[in-house]
Amino acid sequence: MKTLMSNTLRAAGMLAAVLATSAVMTGPGNAAGGEPIHIEREDWSFGGFFGHFDRPQLRRGFQVYKDVCAACHGLSRVYFRNLAEPGGPMFDEASVQALAKDWPNQITDGPNDEGNMFQRPAKLSDPIHGPYKNEQEARFVNNGAYPPDLSNIIKARTIENHDAWYAHVFKMGRDILTGYQEAGADYVHALLVGYTDPPSGFELSEGMHYNKAFPGHQIAMNPPIPPEGAVEYQENAGAKSSLEQNARDVTAFLAWASDPSLESRKRIGWQVMLYLLVTTVLLYIAKHRIWARVKKR
Amino acid sequence: MAQHESTYVPKSATARWWDERLPLMRLLHDSFVDYPTPRNLNYLWTFGGILSFCLVAQILTGIVLAMHYQPSAAEAFNSVEHIRRNVNYGWMIRNFHAVGASMFFIAVYIHIFRGLYYGSYKAPREILWILGVLIFLVMMATAFMGYALPWGQMSFWGVTVITNLFSSLDGIFPGLGTAIVEWLWGGYAVTGTTLNRFFSLHYLLPFVIAGLVVLHVWALHVAGQNNPTGLDIKTKSDAVPMHPYATSKDLLWMFIFLIMFAWFVFFLPDYLGHADNYIEANPLVTPPHIVPEWYFLPFYAILRAIPDKLGGVIAMFAAIAILVFIPWLDTSRVRSTKYRPIYKWFFWLFAFSCLALGYLGSKPAEGVYVFWARIFTFYYFAHFLLVMPIVGILETPKKLPRSITDAVLGGKGDGSGGAAKPKGAAAAPESR
Repeated sequence: MKTLMSNTLRAAGMLAAVLATSAVMTGPGNAAGGEPIHIEREDWSFGGFFGHFDRPQLRRGFQVYKDVCAACHGLSRVYFRNLAEPGGPMFDEASVQALAKDWPNQITDGPNDEGNMFQRPAKLSDPIHGPYKNEQEARFVNNGAYPPDLSNIIKARTIENHDAWYAHVFKMGRDILTGYQEAGADYVHALLVGYTDPPSGFELSEGMHYNKAFPGHQIAMNPPIPPEGAVEYQENAGAKSSLEQNARDVTAFLAWASDPSLESRKRIGWQVMLYLLVTTVLLYIAKHRIWARVKKR
Repeated sequence: MAQHESTYVPKSATARWWDERLPLMRLLHDSFVDYPTPRNLNYLWTFGGILSFCLVAQILTGIVLAMHYQPSAAEAFNSVEHIRRNVNYGWMIRNFHAVGASMFFIAVYIHIFRGLYYGSYKAPREILWILGVLIFLVMMATAFMGYALPWGQMSFWGVTVITNLFSSLDGIFPGLGTAIVEWLWGGYAVTGTTLNRFFSLHYLLPFVIAGLVVLHVWALHVAGQNNPTGLDIKTKSDAVPMHPYATSKDLLWMFIFLIMFAWFVFFLPDYLGHADNYIEANPLVTPPHIVPEWYFLPFYAILRAIPDKLGGVIAMFAAIAILVFIPWLDTSRVRSTKYRPIYKWFFWLFAFSCLALGYLGSKPAEGVYVFWARIFTFYYFAHFLLVMPIVGILETPKKLPRSITDAVLGGKGDGSGGAAKPKGAAAAPESR
C-alpha cells in the first residue's frame, strides 16, 4: 500500500515538473503590448573586457557635442578639466583652458563685494553647462520639450528585452560571459540615425518627428545631424564626416562622459582577476595537500 | 559539539595571563580552529563563510561611501555622481557596494537552498534556522533601504510602490495602513525626509545583522553542522578539526566566489541594476516599468499574483514567514533529500518555481504572466503546506549509510542489516 502511494506520489511529482517546464515554454513572446523595437548591437572600441576609448574618436565626438548637441543639451556633471585627464579625449590643457574661456554658457558666480551675482567665463574647474538656466526655461524655449543633460545619458538608457523566457536565459548567460554593457550606447546611436519618414497611416503629432528607435516613435528633438554630417572634421581627425560617423563619434564621447573611469576600471579589473586566479590555484593545491592526510583514514 | 573538550593551550605568559581573565582566545580556538566539522561537507557548506565575508565587505565599503554621501533629496544623487566621478577610486568602492548587495543575495539564496535540500532546519537546528530566516528578513529590509539612497528614478518609485503597500492594511483596521505609511514616509509623500530615515536605518541594520549572525553561529556550534548525509557525528573519524580542513575549503571557494564578484564589479557594474536609476528622482515622471532589484522579484511576483492588494501583501510576507515553520511542517524522518526519492522531485519543482517567479516578477503583470505567477505562487505555498507534511509521512526513504565515515569511504554496510532502516540510523529528528 505504502509503495503504491509512494509510486503515485513520485509520478505526480514528475508529471508536475514536466508540465510546469513545458507550460512555461509555450509562454508569451511579448505580452507587454506594442511591437518590440529592434536595436542593432554595434561594435564599440570601449566594449568588452579589453575595451578602451579611441582617442581621436572621443575628440571628434566632443566636436559634434560642441557644435550640435550643446545648442540645447548641457553636460554639467563633466568638468572642463576632465577633457584633459587620462582616459578621456586628453586635449592638451592649454586648449581646454581656451575652450572653457570661450564657452558660451558662462558660470554664475558670486555674490561679489556689492552683494550681486555675476557672470564670468568658465575655468578648468567648472562644469560644462548647457544654454538654459533651468528646466522651465528649457521647456519654454523648446515648445514644452525638455532636452536632458547628457552627462549620464549612455548609462541612463538601455534596450528593452522582448525575448521569450528561454531566449532570455540564453542571452543573459552570453551577456554576462562577454561583459556586454553597451546597450545605452547602442540605443543612443540607433536614435541618432533612426529618423525616417513615418510609415503610411502613422499619426504624427504637431511638431514631432518620427524615429525608429524611440519608444512610441514620436520624438520632439529635431533630427540633429543631417545625412551628410553636421560638422566638418579636420584633415587629421581620422574619419570623414557623415551622419553615421558623427552619430558613432558623439555616442563614444558621451559613453566616456557617463563613465570616465572605464579604462582604469577594466585595467584594474584584469590585475584583480590575475591575482584572484593565481591565488585560487594556490588555494586549490593547498586544499588538496591538506585533505590528502584524511582521505583514507 | 560545543561541549567538546577545550584543547587550547596558551603558549606564552601573556596568553596565560589573558586566558585566566578573559578566555577570548580559547573561545576563538575552540570555535574556529579545533571545532569538529563533519568530514563529508561539500562545497555548498562554504557559503556561510562567504556570507560573513559579504557582510564585512558591505559594512566596510558602506562606511567609506557614507563619508562622501549626502542623504538629502537635493544632494543624494549628486553626491553619488561625485563619488563615481571625483572621489579617488570612488567608482570602485561604489561598484563594490552596489554589486556586493547582489552577491550577498546570490550567496544567501544558495545557502538557504542548501539548508532546504539537506534538511538543515530539522531538529535540533530549529533555532539556528529561524535565526537565519530573521537575518534574511533584515537583509531584505537593509537592501531595500539601500537601494533608495542613490535617489534615482527607480529608487524613488520603488520606495513609493513598496511603502504604499502598507496602506492596504486599512482593509484590516481603518486608518492603520495610512498611519503606518505616513510614519514610514515622515509625511504625506516620499520626500527627502523619507530618504533621511532610510539612510539612518540602512546604517543601523547591518549591525543588527551582525548581532544576529553571532547568534546564528552560536546556535550552529551548539547543534553542530549538518552534512550531506544528514547523519550526526558519532565517532571521532566522522569529524575533522575546522582548521585547516574546513577552512581550506572555505577559503578556496571564497576566492572562486570573489572571481565572480570581481567580474561584475569591474566588467559588468551596471548589469544587475536599472538604467533608470541613472536619472535623478522625479516625483512628476513615472518610469514605464517599475521593477524591484532582481533578488526581490520572486516575492514581487507573489505580491502581484494575488488579485487583491491586501491579500497580495499578506501573501508576500507569508512567503517569508512560512519559512519559520518548516522545521515542523516537514514530517520526514530523515534530513537529507539525498535519501528521499520522492521529495527530491518536489524539491526541484520548488526551486524551479522560485526561478519562474523571479522571471515573472520582472515582467508586466498582465495576460499570461499573471496566470503563471498564480500557478507558481500556489505551488510555492503548497510545497510547504501540503508536500512537506504529506510526502514526509508517505515516503519510504532510501537506506542511509551507517555513519558519515561509511558514507565517505563507501562503507560496505549492505546486507549487514544494521543500517537497513533509517529509523535506526538517523536518530535525531525522531528523538525530539
